[in-house]
Amino acid sequence: MRAALLLLPLVLTACKQEMAQQRKLGTHAAAPFWPDGTSARPLPVGVVARGALEHDRALAEPPPVTPALLQRGQERYGIYCAPCHGLVGDGDGMIPRRGFPRPPSYHTPRLRAAPASHFLEVITHGYGVMYGYAARVEPADRWAIIAYIRALQLSQGAELAAVPEAREKLP
Amino acid sequence: MRDDLDASAPKDAVAAQLFPPWATLAARIALVSLVVLPLGLLGLLMTLQYTPYITGQSITPDQPVPFSHEHHVGGLGIECRYCHSSVETSRFAGLPPTHTCMTCHSQLWTNAAMLEPVRRSLAEGRPIRWRRVNELPDYAYFDHSVHVRNGVGCTSCHGPVDTMPLMRQAAPLTMGWCLDCHRNPAPHLRPESEIFAGHWAPPPGQEARGAELVRHYGIRTEHLADCSVCHR
Ligand code: HEC
Ligand code: HEC
Ligand code: HEC
Ligand code: HEC
Ligand code: HEC
Ligand code: HEC
Repeated sequence: MRAALLLLPLVLTACKQEMAQQRKLGTHAAAPFWPDGTSARPLPVGVVARGALEHDRALAEPPPVTPALLQRGQERYGIYCAPCHGLVGDGDGMIPRRGFPRPPSYHTPRLRAAPASHFLEVITHGYGVMYGYAARVEPADRWAIIAYIRALQLSQGAELAAVPEAREKLP
Repeated sequence: MRDDLDASAPKDAVAAQLFPPWATLAARIALVSLVVLPLGLLGLLMTLQYTPYITGQSITPDQPVPFSHEHHVGGLGIECRYCHSSVETSRFAGLPPTHTCMTCHSQLWTNAAMLEPVRRSLAEGRPIRWRRVNELPDYAYFDHSVHVRNGVGCTSCHGPVDTMPLMRQAAPLTMGWCLDCHRNPAPHLRPESEIFAGHWAPPPGQEARGAELVRHYGIRTEHLADCSVCHR
């Protein structure tokens, strides 16, 4: 009898993994409770999310153009735009080469003349077959990308006279 | 048993010895195994924990869509953050929503049977149910942003992603594995430009560069192995 009692704790250390699999929903866990089956909930109608006002404010006015902004723009452009628009913005990215409709070059007179607000609109809501990037590109980053596109446009149409140092390096 | 003995041994020997000649050996073996067997079993249980069978290392789960990192990252050169967009800013790297796939597949391979679950997901508004490849128990805390912003690249933990046709768990993800790096991160550190590379090997001068990078990122290694860093 006593021996059996001693064995009891062994039985009680059951195999429940409650520490490893806690009863809570992780990020993007499956949750059959909701119709779309995920724990990631959209905002209820009418709710203004924390930070939404700053978000709008950042969209409304472009930040000052600094080397840091251009660098950020270059990085973000490389991640989100270069696969299609190509590294210099001529529309010759890897994805159009695999059959995606070819985007226009940024160096056409029409897009050179287009205001920054047009680019902002395209990044936010998309254009034709191009989807919007609002979910992945923050407002501040949208301005950074636009600044970088402007730099690309400048670089492709630059006059040699504007960069006298470059003259010596050219053959 | 008894009958066997009777047949093989002389009658008086059986009377004199209840135990056959090999009994001493058997008793010795039994005594030794009384000690060795439990120890062996314990050892087995302890080492079993670190085998891929338990840690899940190298396991490639079946996915609803056979998404290939080799194709998209290695072949097309798409950056990690195009799809795992929250990796720099949050704990969670994030899996791409169906919308992200559709930025390209609304025009490309639009009739492929392989992509049927993606199209169905978009039509029904239900996310694709990817199966987790890397998963820590809930009592361990992990954060992507702190690693990615401090010189630890994706491939240090996830292996050469750009050659994986299907995603597999590259590291054991045991506590010992985390600690190996937390005690001495220098050999694994990279400059900002190399964090998201699809494959990476330490360059020849890594020893000096690593020490330099520890200073550059301001990493304080004294407390990185404290229990409360990962169990909070
Ligand atoms: C998946 C490929 C793809 C990606 C990625 C992409 N674009 Fe586009 N983009 C296109 C295509 C295709 C068009 C042409 C759309 C059309 O005319 O139907 C286009 C058009 C444009 C235009 C021209 C609009 C006009 O007035 O003609 C701009 C500006 C633009 N994209 C900016 C961007 C920026 C900025 C990014 C990165 C945040 C980006 N795109 C990412 C494919 C892409
Ligand atoms: C075109 C989109 C895309 C790109 C680019 C991409 N991934 Fe993924 N990744 C996915 C999808 C979809 C999954 C889920 C399916 C799977 O596990 O294979 C995934 C899964 C993963 C997982 C496993 C997640 C888990 O369940 O544990 C890791 C690790 C990962 N990706 C790392 C990377 C790294 C590192 C890069 C950049 C070198 C990268 N990915 C680039 C789409 C992408
Ligand atoms: C930036 C563009 C882009 C994105 C985003 C993208 N793909 Fe693709 N994908 C391609 C291209 C291009 C091909 C065809 C490659 C070729 O023709 O060589 C392809 C091919 C495929 C294929 C079949 C070919 C193969 O062997 O892999 C599958 C399956 C696939 N993609 C799944 C996905 C899923 C799932 C997602 C979302 C997580 C996704 N893709 C996101 C560009 C993209
Ligand atoms: C220090 C190691 C480490 C580094 C560096 C790292 N990961 Fe992870 N990753 C993990 C671990 C551990 C998990 C499992 C997390 C969990 O279960 O909570 C994970 C999970 C993931 C997942 C599944 C979703 C999630 O967030 O849990 C994706 C996708 C992913 N990693 C992508 C990436 C990408 C992309 C990079 C580089 C930008 C990266 N990881 C860098 C260790 C790492
Ligand atoms: C290849 C190296 C490497 C690996 C592997 C690694 N880490 Fe780290 N981890 C680091 C470095 C470096 C830092 C310090 C960043 C800093 O300076 O704050 C860090 C920081 C952390 C922090 C934040 C510490 C704080 O001060 O808030 C946590 C939590 C953490 N790691 C958890 C983990 C877990 C859990 C694992 C295993 C699944 C793991 N790490 C694997 C390199 C690594
Ligand atoms: C760098 C992160 C990290 C630190 C620091 C850390 N742990 Fe862990 N620990 C982990 C991870 C990750 C696991 C889960 C391992 C697994 O799933 O195999 C774990 C698991 C454990 C477990 C459960 C083991 C099991 O087999 O179930 C215990 C107990 C534990 N840790 C105690 C500690 C103690 C005590 C300390 C301080 C001396 C500590 N840990 C420090 C990351 C850490």
